[in-house]
Amino acid sequence: MFKPKTNLILGAVLSATVALTANTAGAETLRLLTWGGYAPEKVVDMFKAETGIDVEVTNSNNEEMISKLRATGGAGFDLAQPSQDRITSAQAEYDIYKPIDLSKIDTSLMIGSMLEGTKKNTMFDGKVYGVPHVWGTSALTVNTTKAPDVKDYLDLCNPKYAGKVSYRMKRPTLIAFAFSMGMDPFAAYNDKAKYQQILDKVQAKLIECKPNVKAYWTGGDALINLIRSDEIVAAMAWDGSGWKVNAEKPEVKTIAPTAGALGWIDTFALPKKTKAEDAAYKWINFVMQPKIAAMITEAAGNFTAAKDGDKYVTEAKRKVYQETFPPAAIDNIKWYPPVPAGLEDMEGKVMDRVQAAR
Amino acid sequence: MTLGTSTRLGLFLLLAPILVWLIALLVLPHADMFLVSMREKVAPRTYEFSLANYAEFFTEPLYWRTFARTAIMSIAATAMTLLIAFPVSYYIAKMLRGRLKSFLFLLCLVPFWVSELVRTFGWMILLRESGVFSNVFQWVGLADAPVEMLYNDATIMVGLVYTSMLFMVVPLVTTLDSLDDAQVEAGYDLGGNAFTVLREIIVPHAMPGIVSGCIVVFMLTLGNYLTPVLLGGKDSLWFTAQIYTQFITRFNWELGAAFGFLLLALSSLIVWAGLKVTRQTLTETMG
Amino acid sequence: MLETTDSFDLECRSLVRRFGAFVAVDNVSFGVPQGDFFSILGPSGCGKTTILRMMAGFDQPTSGDILIKGNSVLDVPPNKRPVNMVFQQLALFPMMSVAENIAYGLVRKGLGKSEIADKVKSALDRIGLPTSGDKSIKQLSGGQQQRVAIARCLVLEPTALLLDEPLGALDLKLREHMKVELKKMQDQFATTFVYITHDQSEALVMSNHVAVMNEGRFEQIGTPQDLYYHPDTAFVAGFVGDSNRWHGTVERADSSGVKVVTADGVSLLATPAGDAPLSKGGEVDIFVRPESVVLSLEAERVSGMDNRISGELISILFNGANSRALIRDSKTGGELDVALPQTGEFSTLAQGAEVHLGWGLAQAKAFAVNGERP
Repeated sequence: MFKPKTNLILGAVLSATVALTANTAGAETLRLLTWGGYAPEKVVDMFKAETGIDVEVTNSNNEEMISKLRATGGAGFDLAQPSQDRITSAQAEYDIYKPIDLSKIDTSLMIGSMLEGTKKNTMFDGKVYGVPHVWGTSALTVNTTKAPDVKDYLDLCNPKYAGKVSYRMKRPTLIAFAFSMGMDPFAAYNDKAKYQQILDKVQAKLIECKPNVKAYWTGGDALINLIRSDEIVAAMAWDGSGWKVNAEKPEVKTIAPTAGALGWIDTFALPKKTKAEDAAYKWINFVMQPKIAAMITEAAGNFTAAKDGDKYVTEAKRKVYQETFPPAAIDNIKWYPPVPAGLEDMEGKVMDRVQAAR
Repeated sequence: MTLGTSTRLGLFLLLAPILVWLIALLVLPHADMFLVSMREKVAPRTYEFSLANYAEFFTEPLYWRTFARTAIMSIAATAMTLLIAFPVSYYIAKMLRGRLKSFLFLLCLVPFWVSELVRTFGWMILLRESGVFSNVFQWVGLADAPVEMLYNDATIMVGLVYTSMLFMVVPLVTTLDSLDDAQVEAGYDLGGNAFTVLREIIVPHAMPGIVSGCIVVFMLTLGNYLTPVLLGGKDSLWFTAQIYTQFITRFNWELGAAFGFLLLALSSLIVWAGLKVTRQTLTETMG
Repeated sequence: MLETTDSFDLECRSLVRRFGAFVAVDNVSFGVPQGDFFSILGPSGCGKTTILRMMAGFDQPTSGDILIKGNSVLDVPPNKRPVNMVFQQLALFPMMSVAENIAYGLVRKGLGKSEIADKVKSALDRIGLPTSGDKSIKQLSGGQQQRVAIARCLVLEPTALLLDEPLGALDLKLREHMKVELKKMQDQFATTFVYITHDQSEALVMSNHVAVMNEGRFEQIGTPQDLYYHPDTAFVAGFVGDSNRWHGTVERADSSGVKVVTADGVSLLATPAGDAPLSKGGEVDIFVRPESVVLSLEAERVSGMDNRISGELISILFNGANSRALIRDSKTGGELDVALPQTGEFSTLAQGAEVHLGWGLAQAKAFAVNGERP
């Protein structure tokens, strides 16, 4: 869902480029650091027509958002959309966000339970740093005719599908494998020793499973290409990816794994040195209107935290969603709790080792 | 002799832009990076001076192995580029005349009119399992199932050599152009065969071009990121990718910066060793 | 013409080389006997370099044959031919030392290390550079480089050495010196030399035999003396040495000579030369060497000569023993170039002085214009 990185940038150059883009942005511009599909052109145009504010969209992912904001100390963008579980650790380490003023947000537009959950998870030093926008899961995308018996994450390691599966080399994969192996990594979040034990087992499993993997996918488009062209038959992926392919290739489906899909909520968070705070709040209130939210769902493939947003979504979209998530599967979704600071370092080491294993 | 004040001022004004450029974009960031590489995170938002990042490289086999692999692959890619570029350059410089010569030379430049990303995606379209080559092989009957040609070291090699060709061909054509045809003829006339003339006359003459071409290609290859990562897939293990990972996905700027400096130091060391082994000097090559 | 026999070291038979429609070498035949210093003399672009390159093997004749010691070498590549070439710009290998340059061919022959060292040493001795073996080529003077370029060929003991205007790049003084030196080296190594040049003095001074070449053909082959005193063609007469030249029509031709009248009405007596017969009414060129003309202040001194002209001294071109006087014919205004003997008689000669010139019928050679070529 994000553009592949075209350059390797050392920190200084990174901050320099961000600073440069910052200078070119005029007063009535909202610089949005987000995910592919979260700010469709049509919505941007409608926003411009209503408020006169230009939106400059930069597509990214969780890690890049943190890195970019870290390089500038929270400057260069006016609104960011990190996942709710990645906010407090980044804030603890790098101090890159500023608290949200909930009074400026029309919270009545949001699904109450989701807003409360996000408020709780993005609370740092007693202040709220995020409000929910789009939610979804990491689940399995499966070609049901070619790989009918892939039901859980560990099934990706089935030798039958050697060279025909894919997942990311990112932390969700570690978490997913841990659950699939019968462990509960979230329960060990605050016990580093125990968490390390879990990671060690996951590391061994991922190294063992590596020959099965065709490629670690890095962008949503790349993954969609792989499954569409039958180069892979199963993958751990965002639920939205599978739904997109399903529209033209019905045998490809998003399946909720038996160990549970991993639920994420992407939020709105204010970078510390945001220069267009008002515009940022305007944008939040604008896109949370049910009709706009439905347009974003169509573009991004995932549902939003907007109340009644799903009412305006096409019937087909609702159907694939319900097929993937019968009520029991929804109850089984594992929602990411906030990641305590320091865990990502441990996970990074594990991923380095898996990447280096041959 | 002393320079007049106005001359000195003029000289300073002439040099000022390049000095500003060098200091602002080269010296300062590197100094900053160096400081970053010399500290260690002890707690959130607290850092201490430490050499742990450098120690990490040498004590954690996975990092120095990645570097060793990158260096060896880069040397191999440089050698292959040289082997392929040399006959091409010789043909362009010595066998051709006039318009055809400029045309072929231009042809070497053409791939560089598109960005490296586009070129690499081009290779991916050709080589992927559902790609052009795979389909052609099946259609011709050379394969009965789709063939995956991406994601292995050979593919990385092809990509690297392709990307590097121009940087080898240009210095080679330039030096070979300056080789007097009579030297080659004299080499034959005095009893040399194709091999000895190549070894004793053409290669020694082209040595400055070979050395500068090899240095440029080696450094470019070692510092390449897109080609190995996109064509190599899960096993690419390229050192620059490791640096990128440390900076962007692991948030470990300290280790990333240390890796950056190690890359600089070790690659310079390899170039220096290469010059020593071939008994060339940098001044000779550049002069 | 030299005889065509099997005793030649080097021989070309009916050699033709065409580049597209252009005929660079047009049916050339010649032989070079063992130990000869053979020069091919001609203006640039006459095809002489092409002949040399064909002999060395860098170019293939369109037709004809090249023989070395009686065997055709057309199928033999340059590195296998027993001839070696000294290039115009010498083509010494700059990345090798002097000794390595000389050893290059010996190493290619596969000789032993000590044998090579011995041969290189004796070659360096013979060219007078005994201590320069370790020097780089750039440290040598032009003349020294010349000697190295020749020595590196001669150590291979070739049947013949081919030299492509090797003196062209040298300055005049050195060139004069190297002419003598080359001749000495040829004697010393007792090797056949084939030398091409556009400089007639190089060819005349060094060679035993000279072939004069023009537009792809050989005009004449002979000793330097032959060419100078008995040119076969108008081209040779004009190209080799200096000449005064007149153009005119034959008024009378008999066994004693021809009488020619120029457009200016000057009447001259000359000896027919060349193969083409002269007949009344035919157009001819007359050549007279500057040194054949007798110069006198008194008309009586030249009164008995076949041809006489009176004129005015325009200028003296002083050059020691080779000094010349430039004289304007008082009747026609034509200019003549005359050797100025370095005797007291002319030391006071001043510009504008009236002088008298005379030469014999035998010293004036008349060639038919547009006559059949030999």
